[in-house]
Amino acid sequence: MLGAVLPALAGFHAGVLANSGVLANAASSGVRLGHASAWVVFVIGAVLILSGAFGVILLRNPVHCALMLVVTLLGIAVEFVDEAADFLAAVQIIVYAGAIVILFLFVIMFLGVDRRESAGPERMKAQRPLAVLLGFVTLAEILVLSRVQHWSTGYAGNSQYPGGFAGPLNSRDQNVQTLGQSIYTRYLLPFEMTAALLVIAVVAAVVLSRRQESVAGEMSVEEQESVVGE
Amino acid sequence: MSVPGAWYLVLAAVLFGLGATGLLVRRNVLVMFMCVELMLNAVNLTFVTFGRLQNDIGGQVSVFFVLVVAAAEVVVGLAIIVAMFRRRAAATADDIHSLKG
Repeated sequence: MLGAVLPALAGFHAGVLANSGVLANAASSGVRLGHASAWVVFVIGAVLILSGAFGVILLRNPVHCALMLVVTLLGIAVEFVDEAADFLAAVQIIVYAGAIVILFLFVIMFLGVDRRESAGPERMKAQRPLAVLLGFVTLAEILVLSRVQHWSTGYAGNSQYPGGFAGPLNSRDQNVQTLGQSIYTRYLLPFEMTAALLVIAVVAAVVLSRRQESVAGEMSVEEQESVVGE
Repeated sequence: MSVPGAWYLVLAAVLFGLGATGLLVRRNVLVMFMCVELMLNAVNLTFVTFGRLQNDIGGQVSVFFVLVVAAAEVVVGLAIIVAMFRRRAAATADDIHSLKG
């Protein structure tokens, strides 16, 4: 099935590129990988991504799942490098592998849930086969829909914004400069809103995980009496 | 120049399917959360690929915002899980049916 889908997809996107015509005359900037080495990097990243994903799904111990998630995130970062998204590759490593997975591991250790999943009777009959079937249906749906023309085309630039609404990807600047200029000019308001979102998330985490009976740093009546009694 | 974008899109679709399957198969709440992260990363890969195909930096900007929202989501979600585990030591999603009518 994949062999039938891939050429169609490739032809479809070649058509998109020919229509938009922006990539053809775009000056390539920075260090570009050669053809063969780009394929090598792609295959390495794909192997990392898929093995990590299978590990997350199949392994029993949640700690092992978190470590396999790191493998997948590393593979995604490799693919980002392959697609010349240097800043996102670095951020992917720092934010995901450095912060989010550590948070997962911390919660796993903190709660002591690194025991095996209970193999008790399933509440829903035939959940596993149904789940695998639905996963395949999802995959087939995406692949079939992506063959439909104009399903995945979007704003492809016009005379006013030749490189698309957010700005051209292949400018003279480095990737970080291009991304920063777009975020700090055209997407400044969403960027400011993320600050509010992060503050809300921090406050929510503190409120949710706080113990109700005793605030941190606050002594109960018994503790106060014991201190006074001494 | 480099690998055609269709390969990246198919890889991202496979990763999304794996994440969806894992979300349905696994019953540990934390592992289900990790599978959500898998699906988010698949979409991120799609964003970057389409951005490259369209020569638009907007794909990478979207991934930037997805990263921020994913971080906030993980923080709040894990706080909910911690609060839930503190109330009852339930490791699987099947044990959480208090809201069922």
